[in-house]
Amino acid sequence: MLSFIFRRILWAIPVLWIVATLTFLMMHLVPGGPFDREKKLPPEIKANIEAKYHLNKPIITQYGLYLKGLLRGDLGPSYKYLGRTVNDVIADTLPVSIQLGALALLIALTLGLAAGMASGAFAQTPWDKLSMFFATAGISIPNFVLGAFLILVFSHHLKIFPPALWEDARSVVLPAFALALAPAAYIARLTRSSVLEEKHRDYVRTARAKGLPEARILFGHILKNAIAPVVTILGPLAATLVTGSFVIEFIFSVPGMGKFFITAVTNRDYPLIMGVTLVYALLIVVCNLVVDVFYTLIDPRINLG
Amino acid sequence: MQSIFVLRFRRDPLAVLSLIVIVVLLLISVFGDLITPYAHDLQNADKSLLAPSAEHWMGTDLLGRDLFSRLIYGTRISMAVSLLTGFSALLLGTCYGAISGYVGGRLDNLMMRGVDVLYAIPDLLLIILITVVIGRGITGVFLALSLVGWITVARLIRGEVLRLKENAYVEAARAFGVKDMRILIKHILPNTLGVLIVTLTFRIPSAILAESTLSFIGLGLTPPAASWGSLANEGWKALKFYPHLIVFPSLAIFITMLAFNFLGDGLRDMLDPKQHKG
Repeated sequence: MLSFIFRRILWAIPVLWIVATLTFLMMHLVPGGPFDREKKLPPEIKANIEAKYHLNKPIITQYGLYLKGLLRGDLGPSYKYLGRTVNDVIADTLPVSIQLGALALLIALTLGLAAGMASGAFAQTPWDKLSMFFATAGISIPNFVLGAFLILVFSHHLKIFPPALWEDARSVVLPAFALALAPAAYIARLTRSSVLEEKHRDYVRTARAKGLPEARILFGHILKNAIAPVVTILGPLAATLVTGSFVIEFIFSVPGMGKFFITAVTNRDYPLIMGVTLVYALLIVVCNLVVDVFYTLIDPRINLG
Repeated sequence: MQSIFVLRFRRDPLAVLSLIVIVVLLLISVFGDLITPYAHDLQNADKSLLAPSAEHWMGTDLLGRDLFSRLIYGTRISMAVSLLTGFSALLLGTCYGAISGYVGGRLDNLMMRGVDVLYAIPDLLLIILITVVIGRGITGVFLALSLVGWITVARLIRGEVLRLKENAYVEAARAFGVKDMRILIKHILPNTLGVLIVTLTFRIPSAILAESTLSFIGLGLTPPAASWGSLANEGWKALKFYPHLIVFPSLAIFITMLAFNFLGDGLRDMLDPKQHKG
């Protein structure tokens, strides 16, 4: 078990290195530098700026400097927010995004598991049909459409929740819900098919033959086993929440990392783009790692080989 | 055989309805010009931001352009981008996954590790990074979506090929001295057709989602090209006072995604009736 975890952690290092290299190459392939403005800078100033950010050195030297910085945990200076480093920006914005993401995850798990289990337990009933219809609708509605709809109804018409910003508890409700709906729908669909699969297992027949009450079979046996496969999608789910946060933070003006990433792309702030990408990759690698470890813990049949 | 599929499909009213919706959408994107009441880029300063009326079914935008006509035009762009990327992602992913799965061993390991690395970057993030490099516009968005979409397909096809290549008929073909390439193309890939069709019906809505999201946050298509996403983006800026500008493009995206997802579910149940039923 420990050696498995250790090997998985070791594997994360080359993944992050390749992601860092890939984004570095991509951002240096882009024609035109970040300091090409509409108004031409005087050549001396441009040379000075380029010297400051080592842009006048050969690309291989820049790459070396970048990796060296990464080893120290230094993601470099931001081109746009003068005087601030990428680390500063991430330190400010990541906690906000994590709060939003964690809240959305909580909502998604609660809604998705409950609806999926009920659907699976009462398969082919009107309740099941209705809830699966809503699940497919939930997958089909882009989160910017949902976000705009929520703002229109709850902020502009009913005036219950504020349409933007990130100040008090009330301002968190709409963005968290908008971010949570699609993952909730995925979880519901997956949980349902997992429950259906478990329903026909031999141990269920044994339990029924023993004369256990249906409720006990459902809660004590089926649901317990049906949750395991659901755990595996927490990795992809983390990715969904990350990309969802771009849109949701953009719509609701949440000062999180997603919003700053979008701005960084518009500003061509390359170090910030690279840094944020790396942080997201780290986040997802860690999530996948946790899922793998957790999965082997709850399902001893999994081969650690 | 085929008639069983058709029968099973016809018993799924949602899937049939979805298929009809998709056919209508395709017709609109091909023949849209014939039904648009106005040119999609015709500006009229006197008719700025009108609410829906008999004259302008979906109202007009800031520049007085007819929203219905723009939406029809957007249908063409959105459908073209998503269909093309769906197919090219399928092609790329099938080649990659088939080779990886069929050859197996070291190469398979290496190829799948590559896919694992790409999996660590969320789809939309990777798409944005690629458009930063190759530029936006229709070609840029199309290339970026294709370069990202194949990853899921490759994993799926690899799994199928790994499973199928253990079959006796593959062994028989090999015993007859049939070349590997031919075995793969003639004997293995045709058996993945069901999976491929289902995958395609799910790739298309995710392409629609990715493209419209990209355009909505302002990192996608650049004007004058307008997709549903960029129309929604324009509407977003006037959400409070002119909600019609965002409602109609949003509905178009939602209905299309819904249709493709229901069709995909229907096809999957049809090809594999044991799964997902009570």
